[in-house]
Amino acid sequence: MSTTLKVNGRSITVDVPTDTPLLWVLRDSMDLVGTKYGCGIAQCGACTVHLNGAAVRSCSIPVAAATGAEVTTIEGLSPDGSHPLQRAWQEQDVAQCGYCQAGQIMQAAAFLKQTPSPSDAQIDAAMSGNLCRCATYLRIRAAVKQAASPSATNRASTPNR
Amino acid sequence: MNPTTITRRSFLQVTSLAGGGILLGLHSLASSADAMQAFGGTAAPDVFAPNAFIRIMPNGAVTIIAKNPEAGQGMKTALPMMIAEELDVDWKDVTVEQANGDAAKYGFQFLGGSIATPVNMEEMRRVGAAGRQMLVSAAALTWGVPAAELTTRGGRVHHASTQRSLGYGQLIERASTRPAPDLKTVTLKAASEFKIIGTRVANVDNHAIATGKPLFGIDVKLPGMLYATYAKSRVFGGTVASANVEQLRTLPGVKQAFTIEGTTELFGLASGVAIVADSWWAAQQARKQLVVEWNDGPTATQSSAGFARRAAELGPQPWATPIRSDGDADAALASAAKTVEARYSYPFLHHATMEPMNCTARVSDGNCELWVPTQDPNGCRQVVAKLLSIPETAVTVNMVRMGGAFGRRYTHDYVLDAVAISRKVPGTPVKLVWTREDDTHHGAYRPGGFHFLRGGVDASGALVAWKNHFVTFGDGNRTVRNANLGGGEFPARFVPNFATGMTTMPLGAPTGPLRAPGSNALAFVMQSFLDELAHAAGKDPLRFRLDLLSATPIPAPAGRGGPGGEAQGFDPKRVSAVLSLVAEKAGWGTRKLPPRTGLGIAFHYSHRGYFAEVVEATVSASKAVKVNKVWVAGDVGSTIVNLSGAEQQVQGSVLDGLGGAMGQEITFEGGKVVQGNFHEYPLLRMNHAAPVEVHYLRTDNPTTGMGEPAFPPVAPALCNAIFAVTGERVRSLPLAKSGYRWA
Repeated sequence: MSTTLKVNGRSITVDVPTDTPLLWVLRDSMDLVGTKYGCGIAQCGACTVHLNGAAVRSCSIPVAAATGAEVTTIEGLSPDGSHPLQRAWQEQDVAQCGYCQAGQIMQAAAFLKQTPSPSDAQIDAAMSGNLCRCATYLRIRAAVKQAASPSATNRASTPNR
Repeated sequence: MNPTTITRRSFLQVTSLAGGGILLGLHSLASSADAMQAFGGTAAPDVFAPNAFIRIMPNGAVTIIAKNPEAGQGMKTALPMMIAEELDVDWKDVTVEQANGDAAKYGFQFLGGSIATPVNMEEMRRVGAAGRQMLVSAAALTWGVPAAELTTRGGRVHHASTQRSLGYGQLIERASTRPAPDLKTVTLKAASEFKIIGTRVANVDNHAIATGKPLFGIDVKLPGMLYATYAKSRVFGGTVASANVEQLRTLPGVKQAFTIEGTTELFGLASGVAIVADSWWAAQQARKQLVVEWNDGPTATQSSAGFARRAAELGPQPWATPIRSDGDADAALASAAKTVEARYSYPFLHHATMEPMNCTARVSDGNCELWVPTQDPNGCRQVVAKLLSIPETAVTVNMVRMGGAFGRRYTHDYVLDAVAISRKVPGTPVKLVWTREDDTHHGAYRPGGFHFLRGGVDASGALVAWKNHFVTFGDGNRTVRNANLGGGEFPARFVPNFATGMTTMPLGAPTGPLRAPGSNALAFVMQSFLDELAHAAGKDPLRFRLDLLSATPIPAPAGRGGPGGEAQGFDPKRVSAVLSLVAEKAGWGTRKLPPRTGLGIAFHYSHRGYFAEVVEATVSASKAVKVNKVWVAGDVGSTIVNLSGAEQQVQGSVLDGLGGAMGQEITFEGGKVVQGNFHEYPLLRMNHAAPVEVHYLRTDNPTTGMGEPAFPPVAPALCNAIFAVTGERVRSLPLAKSGYRWA
């Protein structure tokens, strides 16, 4: 059955069963593989995207529920990777394996829109649904703070590109 | 093995590239057996042969090949840093490319055992230095001046007295005509001249990661590719008796459905039902309709409860296999001023990489091409060649970034699955992706274990007797993978009357290395029991450890002390130094702590790294635990290659270790793993991530690896802190089983 989605500003029609999770439509039908599969049951946050600006777990949203909504994935967060969070992630050198980080960034982006000047406790509360098996949490916390307040100290890295 | 000595005959090869660049490659001959053994694996055959690391283009662009697999441990950044340092180029001008899995071309490619830095550092530096020497030689020829008058800086050769300079790109044509130097004769920089090594350098894939570019195995997409799911027996070693594959074939999107006979060997191709479809989701939907009858096999009688019962029976009996004996432990225990008896146990653990196991395979005309997240591309090639009965040279391994590994992707069961499925669809690439539940149900688990300990201190508070009956898994005197206790495991050699032995129980589940194999469990037992003995002796736990380490050790036997034992190379002075440093940084014994707050200390030596850690924890009356801070002091030799990456490894190890200690446990019932998804196997989350302060003691020792040695001490440091607050000694992990939880 064909479903029309608006993803990263583009209208796209896909022919998939309507109960297919948005995650697999993004990954396998649209080649937007930045959104990751981790658990399939909204436990890890690796599949986080924005649905009308709110962070959602795309593994647990049937594609039918996204029809007519604005879907934003990591690929559409900024045209060139220049979103303050994407920059902060690179400057703080957050990633180890990197697998969960797109989901972390999407979660943080929706959170900072609602809470532009968060406390540490608010950051922790907002980000604790996103697992990182490498446990890069200290740098995730620092990167969210940096993006919220760009004058925050950059202590983690020498960006090379 | 001395990891920093090049015993290989190495020389440089120059190849002119189409497009005008030059390529500097390394030929090298030697065995990688030592390095493999350091990981506890099987020695690989001689694999060094022509390979290539540096490309310089006419415009001066420098590409450096990262030969090792990357799973977040940082070698895709650190190994090229070593080359770039000695090549003397600016890091900002370097592009890093991931090598394919190709031992013949790139030499030893392996992720594990924290060995990449010690094994490769000098060689990578020499590769870079050889390139620099050829470029200098080309400039000398161009200008007609002695090479000794030339210097390099930032990708240019300079002649100071005539104020001339040429970029590397301008020199490549002539450089490619210069003889390649013997790598052993090239001049390396003094550490004081380093501009890249020893700085904070960001992960080379950061931009791709932050923008969601395809990097990982699960992201692979090829023309005409199909998707697969594979249902295996939940009981290890079980086989398919019958399955409704004809019906599955009629379901939407399904292209193929078939059973694979497989083998009952634990690390062989497992029997199961494969569903190949035009999308992964279609394959999953079809799997929900799978009706299958299994032959469970003998492992169905095994359970965690049964293991614990049997261990409790065996522990008090004499051990079956002696491991080590010094002095007379029984007599010393009988005459000790104080004795402590305790039973410790720890659970099976799973790697739980965020990216589940997956592999894309295409089998055609006697060839197999793989796109696979693997820690051991050469081992991967070997098992695939064997399965398909084709030569290893017919197997191509394309290495992709791994979404975590931690030892799991050293066992290639998921690759065998993918190859066995794809050979039924010849010529078509098939991507197998395990579900999270598949991943948890079919691990290569860190083995659980049971220790029945007795220790004795004399009237002065010195540790004089130690006895440990280790009940583990295996057959007779052979343990299953990573389930052994080395004869050199501390406090061996530092206690005059010391006896350890083991008894094995059969296990039908696969085990394998998990970050700091052996050490990750043994440190909990040894450092917790030492804490008990310190309190029995009426001594401060730090003082007790320092006193123990100041004893003259019984000489280590020739050869290794066994995996996990590492008697060889253990330097008690280096342990004492990191203990003293971490105690100083944490304010051990010198500051007043808040109510219900305590400090715990522990150390461990593994993978040639010395780490001591202090945990400060507040524990409520209802057992809610808040880790306020962790201090780490490590000695990994003279140089920290990448300050950013090293800090990541230490902080990640510590937080990972805390999460595991609190909540992680794999249990078996009826020969099956009980846990499935993350709600049943809790990883640490951000709201429980305590600050981790990292200090290095720079010592005049060879530089060693960082991926593992910071992991083992944190669990016992946490348990020792909990004891300091509550007086309750936790002797069985995870802590949640004793009623603890994160605050």
